[in-house]
Parts: sequence; structure tokens; C-alpha cells
Amino acid sequence: MAESHKCQICGKPATVHLTQIIGNKIHKIDLCEECAKAKGITDPEGFSMGEILGGEESHSHVPVESVVCASCGFTTKDFKKLGLFGCPDCYESFAPIIMPMLRTMHRDVTHRGKIPTRSLARMSVRTKVASLEAQLADAVREERFEEAARFRDELSSIRNSLKTKTE
Amino acid sequence: MNAGEAILGAEGQSCPVVISTRIRLARNLAGHSFPGWADEDERGRILDECVAALGGVNHLADASALRIDDLSETERLVLVESHLISRELMSSKGNSGAIIDTRAGCSVMINEEDHLRIQMVQPGMDLAALWKRIDELDTAIEGELDYAFSKELGYLTACPTNLGTGMRASAMMHLPGLVLAGHMEQVIRMVNQLGMAVRGHFGEGSEATGSIFQISNQQTLGEDEATIIKRLGNVLSSVIEQEHNARFKLLEEKGDKLLDKIGRARGILQNGHLLSSDEAMDLLSYARLAVDMGMLPAGWRSRIDCLIVRTQPGHMLREAGREIGPAERDALRAKIMREEFAQIPALIHISGVANANT
Repeated sequence: MAESHKCQICGKPATVHLTQIIGNKIHKIDLCEECAKAKGITDPEGFSMGEILGGEESHSHVPVESVVCASCGFTTKDFKKLGLFGCPDCYESFAPIIMPMLRTMHRDVTHRGKIPTRSLARMSVRTKVASLEAQLADAVREERFEEAARFRDELSSIRNSLKTKTE
Repeated sequence: MNAGEAILGAEGQSCPVVISTRIRLARNLAGHSFPGWADEDERGRILDECVAALGGVNHLADASALRIDDLSETERLVLVESHLISRELMSSKGNSGAIIDTRAGCSVMINEEDHLRIQMVQPGMDLAALWKRIDELDTAIEGELDYAFSKELGYLTACPTNLGTGMRASAMMHLPGLVLAGHMEQVIRMVNQLGMAVRGHFGEGSEATGSIFQISNQQTLGEDEATIIKRLGNVLSSVIEQEHNARFKLLEEKGDKLLDKIGRARGILQNGHLLSSDEAMDLLSYARLAVDMGMLPAGWRSRIDCLIVRTQPGHMLREAGREIGPAERDALRAKIMREEFAQIPALIHISGVANANT
């Protein structure tokens, strides 16, 4: 899997990954959800990456044909050939292609079944810990020691509670 | 006993038409490519991670962990014929495995189309009880592994047709009445219209030898597991009813012909010397029908179900203990049948049919 990308506008973790071919050049862009919204990327058919990139051909649209999953490199062509996706993130990358298909394939497109609560709770703690660690490092580097102490306390409280649960 | 009682089954609560029910759950690990897209290194890491995690699951304490690479062709075939692994896993790339507990009818395939395919099989038709068992196992596995999941789309699977619950519930049904009456095409159409799929004995692309069909849910997203199971249960009940009606009608209109087929099947199973896999399946199908109709003791049904699996080509090779060709296999198959059916009791007379024939 490719390592996670940062938003090219604000530097936060990117969740929107786009690929567009303008002329003969492939342009890739990674954005966080907020910046993607701010740039009007709710419907990839209805915006131009050229505009975001400040490129020359600002009136072209993103062709769904050219989508590449930023996490695993899977392409629309691969999906057409295999009928399977490359990784779990492909569902986000290929949302414009897959959503209409899901509507014809299933009774509805909203999950109503079991939720893996233990798995999700564990992953959410891990994300929280990673974010606190990054914030702590930033605060130490920038000598914001009061904030750093707060982040450290929060981290140790999470770690202690995890320790108690596993014991 | 009259024909009516016979067809509805002498065992009261038991359901002669449904051989077994199966539920499988497709699950994937967060942060990994799906098995078909991952390179061998990643597949290896996924296999190791899954085997290690599943080793810590209490529900699988009695299970054995197998690497597909380590198995011979015959061993793989035996597992497929026992419905413990799929044909896809059998012929998959390297770094595939399975955790199998044959006594509990439970297996977890690793690196098939999805990272994990958890499945459970049990005789009869209690899908709700089966769901409860597999739900518990799935929750225990989830305690060890991080599943790829989206709040909107549910469990994320390699194929979009498995999204949502990732659940495929199915029943293996023995439908000789509908096959003999030539009604299967109609039934398949009806079942498809109700959002369920009909497949052959070994699932997708396989033939329905021995009048055995698998009926399963087609859609996995948009409903919860209990609703899917309830809907499938309703469809199965309707198919069972139609199978019973077809058997009644066959007995009424062509009773002597049906009984002749059953009698001949018994004769060949007891005395034959060469039996192909397809012929054996057909004869066992008649023998099973005879049990359902009360012409043979109820205990024979499970013996016949075992023979349906035991006389498949892979099991024959294992029984022979060496490589044997089709002719030798057919002789061995007939020998097993002669031994098994040596003590079979005489067929019980059905009064309803005698009336129908006069």
C-alpha cells in the first residue's frame, strides 16, 4: 500500500485523491475533505482539476476513466478488466463509478447490518494516539511546553486505559 | 404409512428437502490491498497476520491451520468436495490458507477473493441459529483483527457484490420432485425474481448433479443480516412447498414409474460394479427420496448424505491411496456402494401409491 498522502493545500491527511489527464499529462492531487469541499469537489464530474492545480486547461472535466486509487494504484481499467477492487480505499477513489452500479446491484446503498464496534473503537484510539503524538512533537519543537504537557498527559491516560483493558 | 405422510417426512420437525445450510462472511483487513491485487510479499504478511490472530480465537481452538501450498491436489480436492474450501482457494496463488474445524462445520479461508472468508455449515434449515454461531465467531475474530469497514457501505470487499453485510447465506436443497416434473426452470426464475440465486451442487458454475441445488441471497447491502436470512427463509419455504407438491403429483400421476426408478436405484447401489460419479449421484438422489417418502428408515438419510460426499472424485483418490484412472475410480465407487448398501432393508410399501396406480 502506498503511504498516506497529505493535503496539497493545507497539509492535513488527505482523504480525496484525484487523477486527471489534461492533454497528455497526468495530474494527481491529494486533498483533505475540507479543502476538497472548499474547492467544490463534491461531484468529480462537475469540477476541473486544472482549476485546482492552477493549470492551463481550466475548463476540462475529470474523466472517470482516468481514476487511480492513491492507496494501491488500482485504475478504472483494472476494475473493468477484473470486476474487483484493489483495496478498501478504492471504494472512495472510485465512488463516482461504483455508486450507480451499487444502486442496481443491491436493495439499497446504505449499510444496515452488523457494525464491528471493537475493531472500529481500536482503530479510532490508534488514530487519536497518532494525532496526539504528532501534536506533541510539534509543540515540543515549537517550545509550546504547556500544550506539550497537556498532550503528553492525554496520551498517557489513553495508554493507561488500554493497559487496564488488556490486563 | 400413506403417501401423504411419507412425503412430508416421518421425522416431524425435520426437513428432508434441505440437506444443509451455510453462511459465509467476507471480511478484509484495513490497510492492506485485497488478495487479488496484493503482491506475494503482502499476501504473505496478510496470511501470517491472520493465522496468528485466528490462533488466539477461542472458538477456533480445535481447528487446524493449513497452507494451501502444502496440500496435495487430492487433499485440496477433498476439502472442496467437503465444502470446506472453495474451488477459487484451491487454485489460488501462493500464500493462501484455511483454518478448519471439521467437527464444528467451520472454516476460515485466508487470501481467497477476500482476506477472510468465514463460513459455517450445519445440517437442516435453522439459519437463525447458524447466524448466531457465526456472528459470535466473527465478533471474536474482530477482537483480534482490524476490519476494513465503512459506515455507509459496511464491510468493504474485493467484489462490490459482497459489500455491506458481506454475508452469503445458502441452503443445499435436494429437489428431485421439481427436476423430474420439469419445473426447475420455472422455480429458478421465481427464486431469481425474489432476489435469490440458484446454483449447482458446488456453487457458481457447477452442475446440479443428483438434483442438488444451492439457493442463496444475491444482495448483501441495504438490509441487515436478520432480514436477509428471513427473506431467504421465506423463499426456501416456498421452494420446499413446491417440491412437496411436485412429489405428490408425481406419485399420483406417475407413481409406478417413480417407484420403479427408486427400486432400480436400490438394486444398482447394492449390486453394481461400475458407477460413474454422475450416475452415483442420481442413484443416491433416488435413495434419499425413498427415505423422505418413508420407504427406508430415516437414519439412512445422513448415511446417504455422507456417501454423496464420499464418492466424489477427490474422496475416491484418497480412499484408493494412490493415483487411479476413471475406470478404477468407478469400480471403487461401486464397491463402496455395495458395502454400504449390503444391509439396506427392503423398501416399505406405500399404500397411497397403490391406490393411485389402480
